[in-house]
Amino acid sequence: MSTVAVLVETRSGEVTQPTFEALTLARTLGTPVAVWIGAAPEPAELARLGVYGAEEVRVVPAGDDARVPAAAAAALGAATQDAAVVVMVSTFVNKEVATRLALATGAGVVVDAAGAELVDGHVETLQTVFAATWNVRTRIAAERAIVAVRPNTTQAIAGETPGAATLVEVGAELPETREAIVAIEPVPAPEGVPLAEAPVVVSGGRGTNGDYTLVRELADVLGGAVGASRDATDEGWISHEHMVGQTGTTVTPALYVACGISGAVHHRGGMQASGTVVAVNIDPDAPIFEIADFGVVGDLGDVLPQAIARIHEHRAG
Amino acid sequence: MRILVTVKFVPDLQSQRSFTEGAVTRTGDDGTMNELDENAVEAALQLKEAAGEGEVYALTVGGDDAVAAVRKALQLGVDHAIHVSDAAIAGSDVFGTAKVIAAAVRKVHDEAPLDLVVTGMAALDGLTSMLPTALAAELDWSQLTLASGLTVEDGAATIVRHLPDAHETVAAPLPAVVSVTDEANKPRYPNFKLIMAARSKPVTTWTLADLGIPAEAVGAGAARTVVVDASPRPPRENRVKVTDTGDAGTQLADFLIERGLA
Repeated sequence: MSTVAVLVETRSGEVTQPTFEALTLARTLGTPVAVWIGAAPEPAELARLGVYGAEEVRVVPAGDDARVPAAAAAALGAATQDAAVVVMVSTFVNKEVATRLALATGAGVVVDAAGAELVDGHVETLQTVFAATWNVRTRIAAERAIVAVRPNTTQAIAGETPGAATLVEVGAELPETREAIVAIEPVPAPEGVPLAEAPVVVSGGRGTNGDYTLVRELADVLGGAVGASRDATDEGWISHEHMVGQTGTTVTPALYVACGISGAVHHRGGMQASGTVVAVNIDPDAPIFEIADFGVVGDLGDVLPQAIARIHEHRAG
Repeated sequence: MRILVTVKFVPDLQSQRSFTEGAVTRTGDDGTMNELDENAVEAALQLKEAAGEGEVYALTVGGDDAVAAVRKALQLGVDHAIHVSDAAIAGSDVFGTAKVIAAAVRKVHDEAPLDLVVTGMAALDGLTSMLPTALAAELDWSQLTLASGLTVEDGAATIVRHLPDAHETVAAPLPAVVSVTDEANKPRYPNFKLIMAARSKPVTTWTLADLGIPAEAVGAGAARTVVVDASPRPPRENRVKVTDTGDAGTQLADFLIERGLA
């Protein structure tokens, strides 16, 4: 079995759920090893990587300088010289790291993948494109493959036999890059599950008129994250991190609830691959209804409180 | 300030987009300049205007129809348009495309040095966002990608990069490849005078031979990835749409409960 390296994503020192999804996918492609770039992991995090099958955790010690894509790619390259396949979570930054690594190694790259499998010794990936109206299967013809996989497209499952998760330190000198990070202003971590990873997303658009009280309440009841349309973030009603769409966050939750969102193609491109889609909009002609499994033409102020009350009642009963 | 902007010819978002033989169908009828490239053109024009001097080039790669992308850039006010077209480019992956664009950038740069290449954050057909990085690496220029803000002074460019965990300020010496997001600016509309002037402006056309690139270095044969299947996703079935007459909220909740989602 060939080595499949998985780039670990962390948040406040903890491994993220999409990393476990990537490890689960990697187990179907070969023998997974995890690559950790940054300050050394806590033993608990090592153990968690082992649970999802990592045989080794290769640590490349690095600081904020590894935030520069060229430096991150060099660190990842040093730790994955024996890997036929490198799997990572599809984020804007990782797409840049994947590109740099591919140029260094000759690997073929697919980003935004919704899955991958080995076919006749080649990695083939699945993607949805054109606002999730088409399915595409791509073969990576090059000998080495890099796959950046979207969160929520593979179910994270612990390995039948846990991996050893042996810590191996990789001594890599990060290259001097032209780019220098002058300042880093941390964005406060969202409360609850991050948008891209949430099993349920409740989004509000122009129809909220800027009041997210009911949207947040429904998201809380359903255990989901709060999203928004471009209209709403442009109005300054909610921060850009909440924007669902082609240039914001792409989400594929089991349930997507669009509240007062018309459903312009830019928005649909970021959510159309979701499991079940529910829409509430006052405009019966809103394009969002074309892709909604359950649509309500009505006022958010009437519909949402009634739905929330009914869910509470159901749970109490 | 000398700036080159890359623009891409893509199917209109509102059109029925499709695949033909493993590649995105691109025709003159429903194609247009990638919307996110308008932010790149705007960023370049603003920098030139602020500097009070300079030249802006728009460059596109693609078949005959792709010239529409640079024509649009001329309407917005760029000074020069270049169209790289060669049958051997068809089927290139991002690395082949980056090789072609890098050669064209070098050709312009050799005539008189460029300060910046500015691109959009993604093309709204493929949405991979890989080209700006591949181009910077191919040129061995500074890479300043996903800029929500951009300033250029004293031979260096500084950008603000909005990432999910942090807002980074990144600086690098010129020349640099900068990709700008749709937060970076508000693109202008072409005015009548520019639309008229754009009609008569010449578009320079280059082939692979003009760029010194052998045909086998790009195109489908050199691509590291191949689309083996593309098919439209079936539409959602059994959709329900109700108009609220007093109990639609309850119906909505019951739908979620039935599906085990609430």
